[in-house]
Amino acid sequence: MKNNILEIKNLKVFPSLNSRLKLVKNISLRLKKGKTTCIVGESGSGKSLTALSVMQLLSSQLSMSGSIFFEGINLLNLSNEEIRKKRGKDIAMIFQEPMTSLNPVLTIGYQIQEAISVHNSLNKVELNSHVLDLLKTVGIPADRVNSYPDELSGGQRQRVMIAMAISCSPKLLIADEPTTALDVTVQAQILNLLNDLKLKFEMTMLFITHDFGVVEDIADDVAVMFQGEIVEQGSVVKVLKNPQHPYTRALLDCVPDAHGRKDLKPIDYAALKELMG
Amino acid sequence: MKMEILLEAKNLSKKYVKTTGFFTRTQTVIKALDNISVSIKKGITLAVVGESGSGKSTLAKSLIRLIDIDNGSITFRNKNMRTINGDTLKSTRKNIQMIFQDPYASLNPRMKIQSIMEEPLLIHKIGTKISKQKKIETMIKKVGLHSSDLDKYPHQFSGGQRQRIGIARALILEPKLVICDEPVSALDVSVQAQIVQLLKSLQKEFGLTYLFITHDLRIVRHIADEVVVMRHGKIVEAGKTDIIFQNPKTTYTKKLLASIPGTKKSTLKD
Repeated sequence: MKNNILEIKNLKVFPSLNSRLKLVKNISLRLKKGKTTCIVGESGSGKSLTALSVMQLLSSQLSMSGSIFFEGINLLNLSNEEIRKKRGKDIAMIFQEPMTSLNPVLTIGYQIQEAISVHNSLNKVELNSHVLDLLKTVGIPADRVNSYPDELSGGQRQRVMIAMAISCSPKLLIADEPTTALDVTVQAQILNLLNDLKLKFEMTMLFITHDFGVVEDIADDVAVMFQGEIVEQGSVVKVLKNPQHPYTRALLDCVPDAHGRKDLKPIDYAALKELMG
Repeated sequence: MKMEILLEAKNLSKKYVKTTGFFTRTQTVIKALDNISVSIKKGITLAVVGESGSGKSTLAKSLIRLIDIDNGSITFRNKNMRTINGDTLKSTRKNIQMIFQDPYASLNPRMKIQSIMEEPLLIHKIGTKISKQKKIETMIKKVGLHSSDLDKYPHQFSGGQRQRIGIARALILEPKLVICDEPVSALDVSVQAQIVQLLKSLQKEFGLTYLFITHDLRIVRHIADEVVVMRHGKIVEAGKTDIIFQNPKTTYTKKLLASIPGTKKSTLKD
């Protein structure tokens, strides 16, 4: 299919020493080009493992099987060298903790330069102007280029991470809970920024979150994960308005909303187990 | 009917001085609390909302004198919190307990849950050996854990369970006022729902008053009767939760409400 930039088929992730224990159980997922797909789930549902599998950044103690086609090429068949050429260039990633993902002893300008230089050979002048362009794109004043990460706020640090991620114009951007550690107003800004960038650069986004509110704001498609499986997937309107799977319904019931005073219902796992058979 | 006021804080001010630069020292004054007045009515939940740096945690800490304020008065059950000390301060603090944001950092990793729960009782010299044990066991069950959990260490619990232990520790002294400093911000949505529900049912059972500090307006809507919106150490807006959500007066509150996730695509909502 031409419209699918990424196609995950029967992906399984398991500890190398215990292949019977499946952390991600046989999931299949297609990302439409230029769209944002959200993976929603609780901690431990396997959503981050799925994202890391695409980047091939899984811990060395974990193995995977299945196939992940990126633009028709199975990423699992590529050598380390080949995958490194794609990582950061075609597929980029931003993480939850902007504090821990940046190097505290290097200026942000230097770190963005580093990200560019891995895949491009530019001279000093070109490099500098590219860094300033990127800062402008993500909304950081140009005079902060020589700042260290600890001189920036959480939101600004996440903007720096985004600048690094988009520095090589990736086709696919994986965002692993990029706004979970941020304040609501900053979260709204970052979500807006990501959405604008997605449209501007025609990126495809794989967005991981546990917050259905965020899903509603940013997603085109949703996949709900529970205990290593995708229990439901479809367009955001379909899944949020007419959830089919009992787990999706239970998860939606425990999301607080700002409109009415609906009662929060914690997930009743025992009842859920019965419903799921 | 006029509701009894449990705690009243008037004109609180607190300044922090920040020194920057090594050779050219420049000092900037940050007003964490800028002439703030809050009154907490008995039996209700008052939420303090604001972004990071708005001074909401400074407010909470100053109320139980974990931070000394520069100016203002705090009255809790007819006692002036600023002048009391020694035994009176200790016995007053018994009535104001705190639940913290990070359930990983607020429990001593070297202590078993039994000792964590027993410590406040020892400090305040409450009960005999037998009555103490009974109290601990009743309380741990109240928060949804088992008495067998008392023999475990904090690392053996999940984030949500640790927050339950934090709640049990706060409630074992039978406080009147519980200050919750972002108690659910670090938790998953499903666990968040559990803890919010637990806090609500405990409030009903023990007639607790909550001061609930958070940046998440959705939680506010679910738990708070009244809201105070803070920004840069000042109160921007205060009032009943429903009224503020339906009819926010200031642009800042409107901006906060607009940034709640899940409100942008209004087409999805009926």
